[in-house]
Amino acid sequence: MATALAQPGADPQPRSDEPLKSHRDHISRAEGWRRRGPLLPALIFMIVVTQIPFVFTLFYSTQSWNLVRPGSRSFVGLDNYFAVFTDGQFWRVTLNTIVLIVGTVLASVILGLIFALLLDRKFLGRGIVRTLLITPFLVTPVAAALLWKTSLLSPTNGLVNWALSPFGVHTDWLSQYPLMSVIAELVWQWTPFMMLLILAGLQSMPHDISEAARVDGATSFRLFRELTLPHLRRFIELGAVLGAIYLVNTFDAVYMMTSGGPGVSSANLPFYIYQRAFLGFDIGQAAAMGVVTVIGTIVVASLALRLIFKSFTGNEEAA
Amino acid sequence: MSTSTETRASSTTVDGVEITRRSNPRGVLLTVFTWILALGFFFPVLWMVLTAFKKESDAATNPPTFIFTPTLEQFKEVFDAGIGTPLMNSLFATIVSTILVLALGVPAAFALSLRPVRKTQDALFFFISTKMLPIVAAIIPLYVIVGRIGMLDNIWTLVILYTAMNLPIAVWMMRSFFLEVPSELLEAASIDGASLWTSVREVILPLISPGIAATALICVIFSWNEFFFAVNMTAVNAQTMPVFLTGFMSGQGLYWAQLSAASVLAALPVVICGWIAQNKLVRGLSFGAIK
Repeated sequence: MATALAQPGADPQPRSDEPLKSHRDHISRAEGWRRRGPLLPALIFMIVVTQIPFVFTLFYSTQSWNLVRPGSRSFVGLDNYFAVFTDGQFWRVTLNTIVLIVGTVLASVILGLIFALLLDRKFLGRGIVRTLLITPFLVTPVAAALLWKTSLLSPTNGLVNWALSPFGVHTDWLSQYPLMSVIAELVWQWTPFMMLLILAGLQSMPHDISEAARVDGATSFRLFRELTLPHLRRFIELGAVLGAIYLVNTFDAVYMMTSGGPGVSSANLPFYIYQRAFLGFDIGQAAAMGVVTVIGTIVVASLALRLIFKSFTGNEEAA
Repeated sequence: MSTSTETRASSTTVDGVEITRRSNPRGVLLTVFTWILALGFFFPVLWMVLTAFKKESDAATNPPTFIFTPTLEQFKEVFDAGIGTPLMNSLFATIVSTILVLALGVPAAFALSLRPVRKTQDALFFFISTKMLPIVAAIIPLYVIVGRIGMLDNIWTLVILYTAMNLPIAVWMMRSFFLEVPSELLEAASIDGASLWTSVREVILPLISPGIAATALICVIFSWNEFFFAVNMTAVNAQTMPVFLTGFMSGQGLYWAQLSAASVLAALPVVICGWIAQNKLVRGLSFGAIK
């Protein structure tokens, strides 16, 4: 936008030198707006709906503002941030968020890789198997979380305890391993996505090279380690980054399965901030936490994005 | 030499190959193993569907009941529990936001692909950056703003939010489809004297309409399943299906069969859409990075 406004100022000089060029410049400017035009509605819409709230979040984070105490609102500078950083629960929740994202991404990538490798061969009913495997990803997350909570992990008549009863296991998963339970459910939901992505990677592999290597007597394992895995690397990286981006916002599973409990042992940042804002009515502090979360995410995401952009642009030119 | 290449290359002429594979004992084992894994992975969904057809007394047994007389009782209960409003709300928010996404997104993707403007990269990056940020940081001001203008518990609020939620993905995804339109085709059209609008309508749109359909399906899936905005911005009037589901939790999960029936009804439309679009799903979710 800024360049579009700056452009007319830069124009007059060539215009006085050469009339023909100025004519062409004029057209290209009009043409520029014509080209930019279709982009503007979407751009303006996104700026209004997504950026204005962030500005307000910044503003609210400097306010002492609790909805339960009307009229108590005042400017407190960075006090909310000090409160956030000295809040032990906040750090616990931040750690939970990291464990949840990393754990879910790692497990679902590994499982997704195994499924993708199994599906990358022709066999009876491959289409049906693939359809079965992607279904968990499609089930409404709230329904999936409720399904895990009530049907699978229930201590009284859950399927998991029933299946493990021959081994003498009887556990109340949600209260004893709340974060692990949420991660297990998320892995179940996210494995199909990783599988589809890695499968796309496998199917884009040039097969003449692996044929040649096989003729040269390479073992399947060496083939996998030295040809398949390097080729899949960028797909796995992309899957990990995208999975992490979606999982930062995980709310349904925590809300439905454990409500962050017991205590805050399974709360992640979205849930904790939600709790502060909508149950504790502490707008100022919740906003400060939101800002801290955003800054943390920007740092991690820009590093991660650099990784995938490098990986993609680099490899595409090579191929 | 090329059995495996052939298997990949086409799925119609693989019968012969399949037979040779089937006679290979290791291949048979691997196939059986894959099937067992897939069925295990799918089992929770199957269990949900089975439970939806049970009586409550069959649903909460220990050990679980596998043999039972199916009943539609639970679905009837769910309809009596007032599924009508949330169902209509979900349909409305999903369909209208998807139409809005396409109306805003198709021109934007067009501007960012075939006739790139200055700062294309910046614009693209801006779109995607909005997907990188945690929504929680925006929910508080959104709640305050929406409350001030009297739009809480109004389905249009969700329509706007869902449009903003899906637009970046849609722009990235459709841009990658636009980029696949061969430039020779466009040049040929312009040499033939076709105006821009004509070539868009007659050449480009027919070519990318499968891509637009896939994008729309992805928007449908996300809008239909969305919970965070819905639970915070709606109460009774604008309640959507995922929020409606949480209502069944009140009896400490006592009505398991009923909850399952409601879950099946909530999940079914998206599961069907997803099955149809499974090939395009990855591309949509990877923001068009994978061709």
